[in-house]
Amino acid sequence: MREIIVIIMGAILVENFVLSKFLGICPFLGISKKLGNAVGMSGAVVFVMTAASAVTWLINDLLLLKYNLDYLQTVAFILVIASLVQFVEIILKKFVPPLYKALGIYLPLITTNCAVLGAVLLNMEREYTFGRAVLFGFGGGLGFTLALILFAGIREKLENCNVPHAFRGLPISLIAAALVSVAFFGFQGLF
Amino acid sequence: MNMLRIFTTGIIKENPTLKLVLGMCPALAVTTTAKNGVGMGIAATFVLLGSNVVISLLRKFIPGKVRIPAFITIIAGFVTVVQLLLKAYLPSLDRELGIFIPLIVVNCIILARAEIFASNNPVHYSVMDGLGMGLGFTFALFTIGSVREFFGNGTWFGITLTKNLFSPAIIMILPPGGFLAFGFIMAIMNKLTNYGIRNKTCATCDLECANAGKKEAAS
Repeated sequence: MREIIVIIMGAILVENFVLSKFLGICPFLGISKKLGNAVGMSGAVVFVMTAASAVTWLINDLLLLKYNLDYLQTVAFILVIASLVQFVEIILKKFVPPLYKALGIYLPLITTNCAVLGAVLLNMEREYTFGRAVLFGFGGGLGFTLALILFAGIREKLENCNVPHAFRGLPISLIAAALVSVAFFGFQGLF
Repeated sequence: MNMLRIFTTGIIKENPTLKLVLGMCPALAVTTTAKNGVGMGIAATFVLLGSNVVISLLRKFIPGKVRIPAFITIIAGFVTVVQLLLKAYLPSLDRELGIFIPLIVVNCIILARAEIFASNNPVHYSVMDGLGMGLGFTFALFTIGSVREFFGNGTWFGITLTKNLFSPAIIMILPPGGFLAFGFIMAIMNKLTNYGIRNKTCATCDLECANAGKKEAAS
């Protein structure tokens, strides 16, 4: 139990995917303008990241390593993620229409979200066991959620601020992100 | 002439990182030193050039409906080539860049150029576009890397520059410094490009910006 908490909290706070690993910056800056969109996107990311960690671990262990095909990892993983996203989309559309309505438009964007492929690659690099890999994917997704929601709140406030002309839009958002990142830096060495 | 224009568009007018804000993850993550920035830029340029050529050659054969998976597979193939080459010949750079080499697959610049340019244009134009965009990306990474290395470590390409000037602010080579440096560089770019053409800033760019709707509210 203790180990589970350490992995999940570590992935959320210490190794936050967005703020200390720089994975998934594009959706972080693109979707964080409205709180509602941020919640929808992060829901979809948590879901796909957990599933992708599980599926790629199995494929890596049962197929690629067994037949010495590990140089195909990059190609195999991105195809797995792309088809997984499609699959999740179809399943949700058929069986859970309300959830599909909420997450639908965000799902196709996830294929090129580097947080998902990043989590999968980190799992392989660190040679996690199956359970750890799934937990790490889940925790990473939650970390992404936390960063996105925190930042969406800050950006809604920034909209009403009188910012120097050259800093309007993305530059001031990036500087705000730097400050949030400094805050997260305090968690370094927590475990 | 036309070829030359395609080439320079990617470097200055439509610089993928500083102007179009694509491919942000590597631009922030690996730019702790100028050398790593350039290394990442060259690796991405190689993939971009390869994928642009192959996609441009196959543009009449790839059915529209499956084009995105097809593009991603082609890009992933070239990324694997780069991965193996780096492992064999530049193991130290490979270790520094870590998982960001395989993550070139999901770099939006490469997929965007495949979708916007290579799938609609003949090979020789696509080569120029790939080279221009790749060099633009390399240039942006080099700039961010230089700023961060100078302020964070007092060095440039490993040469100490600020021995007695000031003690380096380590935060610049830590994750927050990436956001900070990029934010300031973008603001400076805005300032420079707005200079003199202030009146038509919004007509020239089709990106969403915070200025939209502000003027009506103020007047």
